[in-house]
Amino acid sequence: MAQHFRLPSGGRIDRSKPVSFTFNGSKIEGYQGDTLASALLANGVHFVGRSFKYHRPRGIMSHGSDEPSALLSVSRGPGRTDPNNRASVVELREGLVTKSQNHWPSLNFDVGAVNDLFSPVFVAGFYYKTFMWPRSFWDKVYEPFIRAAAGLGVAPDVPDADRYANRHAHCDVLVVGMGPTGLAAALAASETGKRVIVADEQAEPGGSLLHASEETIDGKPAAEWVKETLAVLDARENVILLPRTTVFGYYNHNHVAMTERVTDHVVDPKGAPRERLWQVRAGHVVIAAGSLERPLVFADNDRPGVLLAESVRVFVNRYGVLPGRKIVFATSGASAYQAAVDAKRAGAHVTISDLRLEADCGPELAKARAAGVEVLTAHTVIGTVGAKRVKGLIVAPVTGAGAIGPRRTLDCDCVGISGGWTPTVHLFSQSRGKLAYDEALDAFLPGTSAQAETTVGASHGDYDLARCLTAGYAAGAKAAGSAATARFEATPTLKGFQPVRVMPTDANPAKVRAFIDFQNDVTAKDIKLAVREGFQSIEHVKRYTTTGMATDQGKMSNMNALGIVAGQLDRPLPSVGTTTFRPPYTPTTFGALVGPARDALFDPIRTTPIHDWAVEHGAKFEPVSLWRRAWYFPKAGEDMHAAVARECKAVRDGVGVFDASTLGKIEVVGPDAAEFMNRMYVNPWLKLEPGKCRYGLMLKEDGYIMDDGVVARVAQDRFHVTTTTGGAARVLNHMEDYLQTEWPDLNVFLTSITEEWAVIAVQGPKARETIAPLVSDIDLSPEAFPHMAMREGRICGAPTRLFRVSFTGELGFEINVPADYGRAVWEAIYESGRKFGITPYGTETMHVLRAEKGYIIVGQETDGTVTPDDVGLAGMIAKAKADFVGKRSLARQDLVASGRKQLVGLFADDPSLVLEEGAQVVADPNQPIPMKMLGHVTSSYDSPNVGRSIALAVVADGRALMGTSLFVTTPGGFTRVSVVDPVFFDAKGERINA
Amino acid sequence: MRRFSYRSLISEALNAHQGWQRQWRAPDPKPSYDVVIVGGGGHGLATAYYLASQHGITNVAVIEKGWIGGGNTGRNTTIIRSNYLYDESAGIYEHALKLWEGLSQELNYNVMFSQRGVLMLAHNVHDVQSFKRHVYANRLNGIDNEWLSTEECKAFCPPINISQDIRYPVMGGALQRRAGTARHDAVAWGYARGADSRGVDIIQNCEVKGIRRDASGAAVGVETTRGYIGAKRIGVVAAGNTSVVMQMAGVRMPLESYPLQALVSEPVKPCFPCVVMSNAVHAYLSQSDKGELVIGAGTDQYVSYSQQGGLHITNHTLDAICEMFPQFTRMKMLRSWGGVVDVTPDRSPIIGRTPVQNLFVNCGWGTGGFKATPGSGHVFAHTLATGEPHKINAPFTLDRFRTGRLIDEAAAAAVAH
Amino acid sequence: MLLIDCPCCGLRPETEFRCGGQAHVARPEKPVDVGDQDWSEYLFVRANPRGVHAERWIHQHGCGRWFNALRDTVSDRFVETYPMGGKPKSTTTEARA
Repeated sequence: MAQHFRLPSGGRIDRSKPVSFTFNGSKIEGYQGDTLASALLANGVHFVGRSFKYHRPRGIMSHGSDEPSALLSVSRGPGRTDPNNRASVVELREGLVTKSQNHWPSLNFDVGAVNDLFSPVFVAGFYYKTFMWPRSFWDKVYEPFIRAAAGLGVAPDVPDADRYANRHAHCDVLVVGMGPTGLAAALAASETGKRVIVADEQAEPGGSLLHASEETIDGKPAAEWVKETLAVLDARENVILLPRTTVFGYYNHNHVAMTERVTDHVVDPKGAPRERLWQVRAGHVVIAAGSLERPLVFADNDRPGVLLAESVRVFVNRYGVLPGRKIVFATSGASAYQAAVDAKRAGAHVTISDLRLEADCGPELAKARAAGVEVLTAHTVIGTVGAKRVKGLIVAPVTGAGAIGPRRTLDCDCVGISGGWTPTVHLFSQSRGKLAYDEALDAFLPGTSAQAETTVGASHGDYDLARCLTAGYAAGAKAAGSAATARFEATPTLKGFQPVRVMPTDANPAKVRAFIDFQNDVTAKDIKLAVREGFQSIEHVKRYTTTGMATDQGKMSNMNALGIVAGQLDRPLPSVGTTTFRPPYTPTTFGALVGPARDALFDPIRTTPIHDWAVEHGAKFEPVSLWRRAWYFPKAGEDMHAAVARECKAVRDGVGVFDASTLGKIEVVGPDAAEFMNRMYVNPWLKLEPGKCRYGLMLKEDGYIMDDGVVARVAQDRFHVTTTTGGAARVLNHMEDYLQTEWPDLNVFLTSITEEWAVIAVQGPKARETIAPLVSDIDLSPEAFPHMAMREGRICGAPTRLFRVSFTGELGFEINVPADYGRAVWEAIYESGRKFGITPYGTETMHVLRAEKGYIIVGQETDGTVTPDDVGLAGMIAKAKADFVGKRSLARQDLVASGRKQLVGLFADDPSLVLEEGAQVVADPNQPIPMKMLGHVTSSYDSPNVGRSIALAVVADGRALMGTSLFVTTPGGFTRVSVVDPVFFDAKGERINA
Repeated sequence: MRRFSYRSLISEALNAHQGWQRQWRAPDPKPSYDVVIVGGGGHGLATAYYLASQHGITNVAVIEKGWIGGGNTGRNTTIIRSNYLYDESAGIYEHALKLWEGLSQELNYNVMFSQRGVLMLAHNVHDVQSFKRHVYANRLNGIDNEWLSTEECKAFCPPINISQDIRYPVMGGALQRRAGTARHDAVAWGYARGADSRGVDIIQNCEVKGIRRDASGAAVGVETTRGYIGAKRIGVVAAGNTSVVMQMAGVRMPLESYPLQALVSEPVKPCFPCVVMSNAVHAYLSQSDKGELVIGAGTDQYVSYSQQGGLHITNHTLDAICEMFPQFTRMKMLRSWGGVVDVTPDRSPIIGRTPVQNLFVNCGWGTGGFKATPGSGHVFAHTLATGEPHKINAPFTLDRFRTGRLIDEAAAAAVAH
Repeated sequence: MLLIDCPCCGLRPETEFRCGGQAHVARPEKPVDVGDQDWSEYLFVRANPRGVHAERWIHQHGCGRWFNALRDTVSDRFVETYPMGGKPKSTTTEARA
């Protein structure tokens, strides 16, 4: 095959650049400028796919993004294969590997086509009525069968080799569409100097003018006008022209989203992204998106070789391809006549079958006849002949009263169908503008705008070229704040049509299949069945029959479906409802929407100044909120358990060092800082002296624990607040909210200082000796610097806020140094501690050590439903305070009721058994299900310092159950535990004061 | 009601399907009913069905302002599971799951309940603790839920990437095998057909404009766009519009209504065997019988009745999906949409009496109401029939916000440390 | 994505902001004196109107200031924004709530 259907001349393809590709393994040639569809048609290939349900042979129907049938798998190399590409929008590129879909074993012989034989059973919604017996067959038999038959192409199963970009832009005027209306609008808008973006989904700007034959604008051939206009626009610096860019979404406040296909058409993208998502905030949007042709509905209107009439014209004029040698145009309107004339001139044998009475036709009739086209007026289409390619069109005369005369079969290898035109109102509808039905045009038109938007031209039901240009120009000017107008002279456009839902037929309509939704195999009788069964809203009909739910989202089927429903109910069309159009206008790749937000850029990974040191020292890390934290530091041959056991012992026996930089830190400053703290935390703050620390407990207004952390009073008017790692942002937000909105009278400033300070915890009996040589200006003696004190001074010459605090129960310090000094100070401490066997430890050891002491972790012992008393911290609450956030809620009935879960320790009977965190606690393991659960294990570890496993749990009335036995779930059953005090180590707390 | 069967289907196939009846009638409203249900979504229709089938109360109207099943019933991602933590939630969702298991047969309408399993992925130590807590609690409540290791997750759902080098490595997962998905529209239609055949009037395109109360303050009927309709009892099941409807009776609700978005991809051949959810990256994914990847996003942050959200929410959801499943970046979004979800402070529903006599409410299902549809309708029917809550919905009172006896499933997943 | 007029910074995209729910829900002066019912209403009950809604926003990734806004919850159109502690110019009932 060598482009036997390519015309000897004409079209906008570049005949000097042949391009070869494969279709189902056969090598095929086209030209630069072809789409897959035009190249396939140039080689006589119409049959390119199988339909969704009946697996019927389907061909190329359209030249644009409304194509429902010609969906191909396209591969551009490894990691660059994807399904469901519309042949009509894929630009030809050397080396494309394309395949048809939804068949087995081959396109020509498809076992699934047996479904077509069952079509009398497989009608709309049949699956709701069956596959129910026996019950177990649904999951095992029916559903797997249905799933295997459904779907279209095959999803990619390897990571994408391409990358995607994202761009935000602002403009004064966004023009959607580069057809005549859009170009005129862009001209006028950019005349003013305002910033203008113009986008069009096609590879080449010009819209319908690209396939013009006789049309002229201001005396020039239309293509010439396009070229000149583009040159003008291109020269204007305030204009961004974006071909290959689909405006797919119109969101709130003129936020408009579009995808630019950057490199799919390029053989060597040189690292450029595949697609770019544009998110444009436009001052005004001019929608000039054109209109879509409707197919005619008659029996077997889905054969390969049946195309939209205007698409035939596009293939002839724009691509230099004759879709058939003998073409019949079946129409109910005028526009198909021009297609017929152009096809005739290109050498095809052409016949027109027009439903309209001779008297109802316009000047197009005489013109076509003059051009030598045979025209049958007042003829309906009964059906088609053929299987994998149309071979004939069966037509019959029809009188105005509807009587149908004798059938006659017109031999043909291609049929162009035209049932009229539908304005493209998708974006207008997405912008939440209200649509209004126009009976004369048989179409929904943009009514009241909801945003700063104007829809104009064919999208507004205006099909005349001169009027489109004039209106486009005026709309563009107005959008840019100008009142300029321009007059255009152009060839009149003939697009009138007689609306018809289903072509009259003498066949039993209950027996024929006239397709409405070609991809989903929905026929006119399916729609009628749905209406008979009570589905009368168009939304119900859509969902019951699946019409309009295919990948063209009803671009071809909507009006026909609506019309049939209205006709069936004998109600005016608008009363059936309109479909609310939702984004995207055409299917949009996930990749474009994701853009660069992949891997590390999906969510940033936060690391501390000491992170690299930990990496270099072999740490294993765990994800904690956005952070990566050192989890443990295994030595050669150690597993996690061994490493943690060693680290735990080292801290209690000598000294350990821990990176606590991830703790949230907030500086609370101002004359009213103490008062503010008093209101935000349960604790008393007014009398805390500068240089002292206090454990702070914060509640939400509902009385439940929100966060905790040590707070140091740095000065009379200055608090250094620490929060949990995950809670930092939440706590600052919470504080800002109350400060700004409830107590704006308080003179306080809040600043996040999490990133300013690195925090190094040095813990253990040798902690003081480790840091002493490095610290200046601070007396570290126990008398001068007791537990829960804070001093400012220097360490290794760097300024420090030195806290004497401990989350381990040992003598300990938390050394805050400016983040830039973090690693240097850490290394100095590590060197200094070598003689004491200083051991770096990670979060796991931190957890074990604090659990040995019964210290809670907010988010582990608490879960947003826990009060201070529940975890034994009621003593923290300043009883004398009249108010603090959460106080009132603590007095609510359920928060003071008995039976609340309380923090306790648990010892498993088997001291080597480490209970599972999350395991449930019951009194009687032999009770029937559902069992009464008393609580759950919140923390559980093997404790080398206690010499056995330990666990913390919250248990109903747990403090009253001390010493009793309970049962805890294990993967295999239950194990017995005893309830003990939650402080497992150094219960008297002597070590901390060493 | 003509039963659906192989026999009826074949005989209709031979009859060109001319003999099928309406699946529900389109009656004019009667002057009054024993029970008027405001809201023709899945929950409202199920309530009507169970009132008729379980309690013999058939003088019932379901009033729907648009078309039945057109709200959140027809806009959700159809996930069904019952592995909730607290006894109260587990009780109602498991009640629903048990009803789902026989629903197609009970309704004689294939709702395509597909027990393909819901796998919730753990991405950090906190997730592991939290999910195991769920697994154990579920086990003691008689609900299936099991812990899977990272490798077992991969075996159950091969598309999962278990590399430990990705942004949020998979540390295991909790799997409920009995969980799955269903065909959302069919649920509304099946209940409607079942209720209708028992005498319930389903009245579409009828908007409630007011709730009439007598001198004692008790509710006695509803003013609608199709006139006044008297009612001995009124059940409001209006999801996102509950605040608006309840305000008509002077009842202010602890609810806020947010846009919730979802999307589907183009249909492809089977490539995803189950439902996967990830709390850490905020995304969930399944594949429909038709072949579309069905993806749920989060709510927008502001109150809105617009059924439309921002693109950034969609984008962030797809970021998360493609982070977990990078092979899907070349898939295409086919359709996106929004619903309006009514959210309570503790993310659990309110089902029961209100301060107004004869006025009952079933609301606050937030982002997870679809899965509860049969259970919710069943217990609400009991409540409307007897005036008292069923023991399963007894904890879900309006009063719990006063006493503090919240059922806070969301808080239980809180993260900090 | 909404476009929000921060009283300090002007029009900025929604992603810079965080919504704080209904505005003008004042915290009681003396919470301990408030009964359970009223307290639960303060904590939990919200107007949630279908129509104009007075709500709070903070320009989180900008000036960091809280402010109020009137927005129509059906169209999502902002009627106006105004500083914390201020009153709206518009005279809807919700604005006065």
